[in-house]
Amino acid sequence: MAGRALYEKIFDSRVVREVLPGRYQLFVDLHLVNEVSSPQAFEALQERGLDVRFPDRTIATADHAVATRGNPVLDGSPENIRQVLKLRDNARKHALPYLDPERGEHGILHVLAPERGMVMPGMTLACGDSHSSTHGAFGALAFGIGTSQVRDVLASQSLLMEKLRVRRISVEGRLGPGVYAKDLALHLIRLLGSKGGVGFAHEFAGPVVEAMDMEARMTLCNMAVEGGARCGYVEPDDVTFSYLKGREHAPSARAWNRCQAYWRTLRSDPDAEYDDILSLDADAVRPCVTWGTSPDQSVAVDQPIPHPRSLPPDQQAAAVEALAFMGLEPGRPIVGTPIDVAFIGSCTNGRISDLEVVARLLNRSGMKVAPAVKALIVPGSRAVRQELHRRQLDTVLENAGFEVRDAGCSLCCGMNVDQLVGREVCASSSNRNFKGRQGSPTGRTLLMSPVMVAAAAVSGAVADAREVFEEHGA
Amino acid sequence: MTGSPPIRVVRGTALFIAGDDVDTDQIMPSRFLRSTSFTGLEQHVFEDLRQAGPHPFDDPLHASASILIAERNFGCGSSREHAPQGLARWGIRAIIAESFGEIFAANCTAIGLVCVTLARADRQSLSKACVDVPDAPLCIDLRRQRVEAAGAGFACTLPEGRRQQFLDGSWDSLSLLMADPAAVEEVDARTRVFAPPPGVL
Repeated sequence: MAGRALYEKIFDSRVVREVLPGRYQLFVDLHLVNEVSSPQAFEALQERGLDVRFPDRTIATADHAVATRGNPVLDGSPENIRQVLKLRDNARKHALPYLDPERGEHGILHVLAPERGMVMPGMTLACGDSHSSTHGAFGALAFGIGTSQVRDVLASQSLLMEKLRVRRISVEGRLGPGVYAKDLALHLIRLLGSKGGVGFAHEFAGPVVEAMDMEARMTLCNMAVEGGARCGYVEPDDVTFSYLKGREHAPSARAWNRCQAYWRTLRSDPDAEYDDILSLDADAVRPCVTWGTSPDQSVAVDQPIPHPRSLPPDQQAAAVEALAFMGLEPGRPIVGTPIDVAFIGSCTNGRISDLEVVARLLNRSGMKVAPAVKALIVPGSRAVRQELHRRQLDTVLENAGFEVRDAGCSLCCGMNVDQLVGREVCASSSNRNFKGRQGSPTGRTLLMSPVMVAAAAVSGAVADAREVFEEHGA
Repeated sequence: MTGSPPIRVVRGTALFIAGDDVDTDQIMPSRFLRSTSFTGLEQHVFEDLRQAGPHPFDDPLHASASILIAERNFGCGSSREHAPQGLARWGIRAIIAESFGEIFAANCTAIGLVCVTLARADRQSLSKACVDVPDAPLCIDLRRQRVEAAGAGFACTLPEGRRQQFLDGSWDSLSLLMADPAAVEEVDARTRVFAPPPGVL
């Protein structure tokens, strides 16, 4: 019998039963609950007279609707406030652990749960948010779900799921200076297309992934969903274990050795049979920038905006439409595209390592945000915000002309008071360049790494960060 | 817990949404996710695209359509159930596409909105027929996994377990998931050892 990939091992270990042919009841170890996708789920519980089955396997906090300036709750719109307070009330009613934004305990769930050591190898995790794929970085299976499934997990601690196919993506070579996990993710999505991952779990492996720290792995897994994959994951290793050790909810010293010994068994078998295998040369990856309205519409920063006719026939019509929406001209370099807003944050790139490298480059270069650019740094959690302050990086960023905000989804999702206005162009370290994504129906998003956003912010236009920050990578 | 009604056949007229990668931000823009209920979402389906120009959802010829035909990766992106809820409340009861965003398809199944896939050439003939003759009746037969339209018939697919959920009226997944609590408790107990839940903060 052929070996199994880690996906199958974890899946099999969490199957409660096969309910219908190929349709499994899958146990969910950890359920993250937010204010946007949960109110109707709690209401459904009430209608059916059900309670939350395992409150201690549930964590609730508000992230999409919080304000990043002033009081995180009360400075939202009336609708935002209502959503956040509804979650607080539902959490109280069902005795769920609630991280209270009014007490500064909040953050984006996909930043906060890992940093508190809640996500561990071998787990299954679900959250009413598509970027739940982030947690695969720990060798966990993590699924984005909708409100009816949030209801299912609250009531039964389980989900109905089919088994996915597994694609191993082995990243060989090494990433060059100034090239980050975000660039690798955008490069991969361009290569496979935004639908290339449909039906798959993506197993990220190879020397480049092994060399990545946990935060870079989270960025990579976060973007798996943008390539169509239902989840992405990395096999746990010493990098994973040392990240976890000592964190608030990680196993105690007494349980540590037992847990780590188990986690070490969570590897794909050497003779595992994959549904697809892809090998990728990281040396070829350059900083990426999107030019369209789907995350697969990107180019390397030193490339021109493509002519639709240079693309495969089935992508041409979409490219023509996207370019018209973006107001970009094919054949021109992407470098030099003027921007109005620079946004560094989100569950993709709002962690301390993302902000630390930006602060270091700005500090060394002494460069300032261009006068016409509104530049925002939004830490992924209050803890990241505090760490910035502790290391005085907030001052560095502010001196360079960035406004450093409080934690939240902010300008990534268009659901809170941070929004683009009119046709503003935003260089953004977030995950989606969909039309209207950042709150204005006509707003335009250019996805890139945090360092590339910083380069665009100081240049007033898209720029190659490797040239802007000359000493980069040295 | 009550079962949900079986869905064996969906009959109706169709409308066609052109283009790959129609994401859930297009189907239901973020600003309509600020409510704590799904009520009224039917008014905002595709709102930004409808504001930007003529749209099939505003075409009186398609006002009574109950089947949506789409291209590839329909419903990709955000997991917002507001997208299928809006479509369902507008009157859509089934979606035929070449492929679906997976979270979207799971959300649709959970609310009894049928998603079936069709091969590209078949989908192309079907959407052309729907544009040419907007009032042509269509029939999706889940028992035989066929789409019938104006004398033409195509094989359609959906995962077998989901098909059975529609046929036997168990698409409202919660009843299935609540059926065997002891089995859930067994997995809970077994997994606590190596993945301690966060518990009380």
